[in-house]
Amino acid sequence: MSHRSRFSAILAAFAAAVVIPSAFVLAQSASPAAPKPAPGASKPAPAAAKAAPAAKATRAWVAKKTPWGDPDLQGVWNDATSTPLQRPAGKGETVSGNEANLFEEQLANDLSRDRRDGGPEVDVNRAYNEHWMDARRLKITNDRRTSLIVDPPDGRLPPTVPISAERQKIRAERQAAGARFQAGMPNIATEMSLPIRCIIRTDSPPYLPTIYNNDFQIFQSPGFVVIGPEMIHSARIIPLDGRPHLGPNLKQWLGDTRGHFEGNTLVIETTNFRNDDTVYQGANPETYKITERFTRVADDSINYEFTIEDPTTWTKPWTAVVPWNKIDPKEQMYEYMCHEDNFDIVHLLTGARAREKNPSLNLTKPQTQR
Amino acid sequence: MRTRSWRVITPLGLAVIVALVWFLPLAGQQQARPAQSASAFPAYKAPRLDGHPDLNGVWEAFVTANIDLEDHEAQSGPYPQMLGAYGGWPAGQGVVEGGTIPYKPEALAKKRQNVANRMKVDVSNDKAWHALGDPEMKCYMPGLPRATYMPFPFQIVQGSSPYILMAYEFATATRTIRMDWKQEAPTDTWMGWSRGRWEGDTLVIDVTGQREETWFDRAGNYHSDMLHVVERFTPVSPYHMTYEATIEDPKVFTRPWKISFPLYRRMEKNVQLLEYKCVPFTEEMLYGKFKKGAS
Repeated sequence: MSHRSRFSAILAAFAAAVVIPSAFVLAQSASPAAPKPAPGASKPAPAAAKAAPAAKATRAWVAKKTPWGDPDLQGVWNDATSTPLQRPAGKGETVSGNEANLFEEQLANDLSRDRRDGGPEVDVNRAYNEHWMDARRLKITNDRRTSLIVDPPDGRLPPTVPISAERQKIRAERQAAGARFQAGMPNIATEMSLPIRCIIRTDSPPYLPTIYNNDFQIFQSPGFVVIGPEMIHSARIIPLDGRPHLGPNLKQWLGDTRGHFEGNTLVIETTNFRNDDTVYQGANPETYKITERFTRVADDSINYEFTIEDPTTWTKPWTAVVPWNKIDPKEQMYEYMCHEDNFDIVHLLTGARAREKNPSLNLTKPQTQR
Repeated sequence: MRTRSWRVITPLGLAVIVALVWFLPLAGQQQARPAQSASAFPAYKAPRLDGHPDLNGVWEAFVTANIDLEDHEAQSGPYPQMLGAYGGWPAGQGVVEGGTIPYKPEALAKKRQNVANRMKVDVSNDKAWHALGDPEMKCYMPGLPRATYMPFPFQIVQGSSPYILMAYEFATATRTIRMDWKQEAPTDTWMGWSRGRWEGDTLVIDVTGQREETWFDRAGNYHSDMLHVVERFTPVSPYHMTYEATIEDPKVFTRPWKISFPLYRRMEKNVQLLEYKCVPFTEEMLYGKFKKGAS
């Protein structure tokens, strides 16, 4: 919920890619056996039922309706969790309560900004990072899953398929730009990532937790559901009237979304993505399809499930379930400005130009280690 | 042709036509006289949603207020040697009640300076980041009331929660209107802190907490951190609303002043907001001088 004027996507990437899996590995040795999974958790399908916080909550919950009769999803929701997208090696589908506690403690310690064991410079960096951290990010899902991916059943992304030479070239270019960025040597603003450039951040589906500002406000009106992600203040306006998609030559960063209700579940399907690193993990927008399902399972909880299919990227579709929790009504979602005060992008570029002139300023370790 | 037509008209029909020919223009004239006001249309009660007037829809202002809130002649726009008539800005009649914005004398000088600097930018110093240039040119969120008269549509999403969303196509800006909300703006933001209430069929929105860097238009009309805007959205027909905004800022203006114009419902069957993420259009202008090989 922090109102941001300066960001640390670098840290977010670091936490997502490095800290969480390693913390899981550390926690792994603490608990020899995972207990019986929560009721429903061992059934392979449907995935949505799997992630219900508790069976009794699902049964007791009578879905609220809007005055015009749609299931009511309105409110401010938060999708933070420390459960990683992919299951760490050697883990079962869930962990015991004890192991979950140890994992959370270990993660909190790894990310702690108040350990005082790294010297003054590290302390200052940690203190800076502490300011941005969403504490909800430390909690694993209530059903203590070890991965957000529920299908394939091993909790891992399916194997990839060989990609075309053209896509290989684009990926190589992006990797080279990424390496320049990490070395503190970006050439030009347009080679930096879309989040650094303040074009899209968590607003492009699938919605996956990040280090901060994991908030989404859902608005509804007759014929529409609108998802307002905190970052970057875009409104994903979803018509429910069955109209056709935009024409194939009209592409957007957030794609073009259409939806309908199936019982109490909002089902939305998105196409028309741009071909510039917009879709998940460099998938192919020409063949990429994402279907998302929102089911309110309790007054304070929505199951967010998404399935991604892209036969030119993965061998089979994959599905993840992320719990969305209603935030304290006393809290609010505030405007997330980004481009307006994007001082960092200038610092990054002027830093690179200074290093070109004076190689003694070169980073001794990648920026992500900051 | 005409003779034949007359012959087949019954006396009663003739009477009706005569009545229409005589009275319609008169009635029209009488009603059209206060041309800017709602009274040009028969009394209208908007359909209800959850007990309140239903303002849902995609709306757009068709005024040139984004160029200048006051009267303005047609202009070539920037770089006519490159853009020709592509870059031209149309003339427009002002939307300010009384015609002129009541600037304090020293503030008027600043407005004129803004015009002179509207196409200059310099982001090499964080502290002077916002000193130059029209925020629109830099693709910054426009703030209120400017967001309403940008030449782009916006959508009102009104449901049954205490929040109404206004989503603007320009820069994919959004603002949440908190209905009957007590809490003051917790901090300044680009789109401000909007608190709404219903007065009859009118949605009244009180906007505070706006960043001082937004402008009202390309003509450099501006405000300070004391800006207070009260907006009124009043449905007049199924297809249009009147929009009024009262603007108060004791640091810049001698008194509160008002703008008003209609908002029209976009009627295309397939109308939807499209993305206008203009950041990429500004990157060379803002950051080009820091790229490799530039200096």
